[in-house]
Amino acid sequence: MELTPDDVKRVAELARIELTEDETRAFVKDLNDILRYVNRLQQVDTEGVEPAYHVVPLENVMRVDCVTPSLPVDEALDGTTGRSGDYFKVPRILDVD
Amino acid sequence: MDVIDRPLYELARLLESGEVSAEELAVEFLSRIDKVDGIVGAFVTVDREGTLSGARMADKARRAGEAPSHLAGIPIAVKDNMCTRGIETTCSSKMLRGFVPPYDAHVVERVKAAGMLVIGKTNLDEFAMGSSTENSALRVTRNPWNLQRVPGGSSGGSAAAVAASEAPAALGSDTGGSVRVPASYCGIVGMKPTYGLVSRYGVVAYASSLDQVGPLAANVRDCAIMLRVIAGHDPRDSMSIDAEIPDYEAQLGRDIAGKVIGLPKEYFAEGIEPGVRDAVLEAAKQLSKLGVEVEEVSLPTVEYALAAYYIIASSEASSNLARFDGVRYGHRAEGAVDSVSMFMKTRAEGFGPEVKRRIMMGTYSLSAGYYDAYYKKASQVRSTLKSDFDRVFERCDALLTPTAPTTAFPIGERIDDPMSMYMSDVCTVTANLAGIPGISLPCGWQDGLPIGMQLLGKRFSEATLLQLAYAYEQAAGYPSRKAPVTKDRGCCSCH
Repeated sequence: MELTPDDVKRVAELARIELTEDETRAFVKDLNDILRYVNRLQQVDTEGVEPAYHVVPLENVMRVDCVTPSLPVDEALDGTTGRSGDYFKVPRILDVD
Repeated sequence: MDVIDRPLYELARLLESGEVSAEELAVEFLSRIDKVDGIVGAFVTVDREGTLSGARMADKARRAGEAPSHLAGIPIAVKDNMCTRGIETTCSSKMLRGFVPPYDAHVVERVKAAGMLVIGKTNLDEFAMGSSTENSALRVTRNPWNLQRVPGGSSGGSAAAVAASEAPAALGSDTGGSVRVPASYCGIVGMKPTYGLVSRYGVVAYASSLDQVGPLAANVRDCAIMLRVIAGHDPRDSMSIDAEIPDYEAQLGRDIAGKVIGLPKEYFAEGIEPGVRDAVLEAAKQLSKLGVEVEEVSLPTVEYALAAYYIIASSEASSNLARFDGVRYGHRAEGAVDSVSMFMKTRAEGFGPEVKRRIMMGTYSLSAGYYDAYYKKASQVRSTLKSDFDRVFERCDALLTPTAPTTAFPIGERIDDPMSMYMSDVCTVTANLAGIPGISLPCGWQDGLPIGMQLLGKRFSEATLLQLAYAYEQAAGYPSRKAPVTKDRGCCSCH
């Protein structure tokens, strides 16, 4: 099963990365090379094996539910190039009309 | 011997006895950086003023008998994916150029609490994705032993800084070998601790189930000292383990006779350069002379580890790097008419080719219809690999392998062939997948380039690994070897 340029464009849309035509062509080749290599995983018999999503004997670490100091507003907004008052400013999200 | 070439433990002694002041030390390291970093390219930011004023404060505190620790005033280098309050933190990416964090990473807090100084931030493969530091958007880092070769990656700047005596030790991060591979290529010691031993709070996330911070140093004792500085529980990293941190340094020098070291045959198979294989097998002989029992073992799943690693790491990266959308920090593309096109243009402009490749690969392997075949399958193989390790560690105290299949390769050789670059990590990714500690230390030379060997141990066996590494280092005679930074072998323009 080979990835096509259309598959790569669909993945780029999901990943929110605008690709040039050259990049699309390069990724078709690179991703197919990588997939051919990783397909060796299909040779491993994993019938009934629990997937290990992490390897630490911990689950659901909770903290006490109380208010602690957090970043001051000015410091939190210091890294953005789009500030409006105490908010992050972004281009419109919804089409009007 | 120049003060900059002395081991960190020796610098601590000189500072405590008053033979050297922290200010003198800072001046020496800063002038070494001025002298060689134009060639080596280890640093992306040097904090000259902060280091000098911190050094003066350390001197004052020590004179008053109030130094926070015996390490106070020692400068170290920090990989530029760890947040430093008030100091730019770029991940060597256009995406974060100009980003000044409002807080310190946990490991930076720990370093500062010991009174150590962050002399500068070191170059890396963009967002720690790579094995040569060539994926940096900011600069080229060269191997101090041979300037035409890569330093390894992704913590290449940290390794090169130590090898070139620009800092006595450094911090790196290791997701698939990013501390150990550059340590190996640059002829120094580097350790990836047990997953959960060191908090990642404030370290820019790449693959959260694999990422660990670890020390790079010129010798095993310095590595042990730095590990103790950064290890310990932190509730801000939910995978941080609340475990007792031993005095690793005090436990060095214990007799290692009777320990059992396994040589896993899968790590000596095809693809490992004969010179590298022979040097590691020679090290095994040296260890057996010290009374260690060496035996061949097998971990059959290792053959599939790199494939599982690239799926898991890429999948987690695609999720972690979703935060870089231009809204809250970092680069923002101009002129977009709606938010989605702003995200798409911001990410197109901000990320380099390897970061895009891994985000694409990860997005694909997590997408509807492919999840079971890729991410789930890789996670099952990870389970099987972990069982392989559990089984051999019932008998063995440690495993001995090469750190990388080759010595440092020429700059440019693998950059256009992602698969050949990925193969550089074939011996190291297993420790991240299994969550176990690994240390790389020098064990020989080939054509003027260092060869690294790797010791792997069961979870929280750092003290044992450091003891074995120390015993080998003392017997083999490799303490504190520093690179001359030579343009060509034999000629040195910077001494």
